[in-house]
Amino acid sequence: MEHLGLAYLAAGIGAGIAVIGGAFGVSKCANAAMDGIARQPEAAGDIRGAMIITAAMIEGVALLGLVICFLLAVKA
Amino acid sequence: MVSALFNFVQDHGGGEESHGEALGADFIMHHINDHVLWEWHPFGFDLSITKHVFMMWIASAILILLFSTIFRKPKMIPSGLANFFEFIIAYLQDEVMKPYLGKDSRKYAPYLLTAFFFVLLCNLLGLVPGSATATGDISVTTGLALLTFLMVQGAGIKKNGVVGYFKGLIPPGLPVFILPIMIPVEFVGLFTKHIALAIRLFANMVAGHVVIFALLMIIFTFKSWAVGGITLAGLLFVSLLEILIALIQAYIFSILSSVFISMAVHQDH
Repeated sequence: MEHLGLAYLAAGIGAGIAVIGGAFGVSKCANAAMDGIARQPEAAGDIRGAMIITAAMIEGVALLGLVICFLLAVKA
Repeated sequence: MVSALFNFVQDHGGGEESHGEALGADFIMHHINDHVLWEWHPFGFDLSITKHVFMMWIASAILILLFSTIFRKPKMIPSGLANFFEFIIAYLQDEVMKPYLGKDSRKYAPYLLTAFFFVLLCNLLGLVPGSATATGDISVTTGLALLTFLMVQGAGIKKNGVVGYFKGLIPPGLPVFILPIMIPVEFVGLFTKHIALAIRLFANMVAGHVVIFALLMIIFTFKSWAVGGITLAGLLFVSLLEILIALIQAYIFSILSSVFISMAVHQDH
């Protein structure tokens, strides 16, 4: 039973850490994009497209961690 | 959705104190997992028709019927639904295809647009009560990512030739002693991009549904009507968010496919 509890704990903490990492990455990316748009509003379209792709890449990594945590929580 | 949940809880003895949370997890898994509708095992392979396969058929049927009826007689100035879809397609052409593929964009437009509309419709059909999300199944998203993988390799080989394409994967002008590291890295990179494509779509769709059910389960955990307001507000917000995510994920799937194809075609940068 204790091992099961540890697995649940690991899943919860892991999900939290994955989300922190993802949030940090996306916030840095959005920060730079907003800066860029503010400096050069005529390039807003290009910057937005590039930002969405980058954010999706970062989000993908965070979600990879979340999937593992989900498996840990369900299969434990 | 809620009535199904209520029946499920009643059938499984939700009244008992100790089962509240375990039951919630069971119910969430019950909704995420696929269900076999029709067993079929030709030649020893398991090709059973499941709920997700059925939802994909529905999505395909809707797409085929919709686009074959509204674009049967293309007009110079479209009206009604044709106008609406022409607006979406023009937007995708300007934002997704032209910036990356340039003048090749018309060649790859059929695949990218089909992927966009199919993923979008599967995502949106998953929000209809009583249905299932086909894109919330790792097999479905892996299949879609495999199609993109084949498109990318095909496009790259067609443009650069077999030898040129695989040679071009490694940036030119590298020192020889780095090559033993770069060749495996680039070879793995060929696949990871597409695996990430599959997992991104799958995890986004599953995560949204898990959040919706977790919010619903608050009622059964607390066994009180008082938390219904919180649940309702949360559900409304998450459901709206889900519609947004359905659109964004379809957009991201097609834009990333487009970027990968352009990376394979224009290897010099």
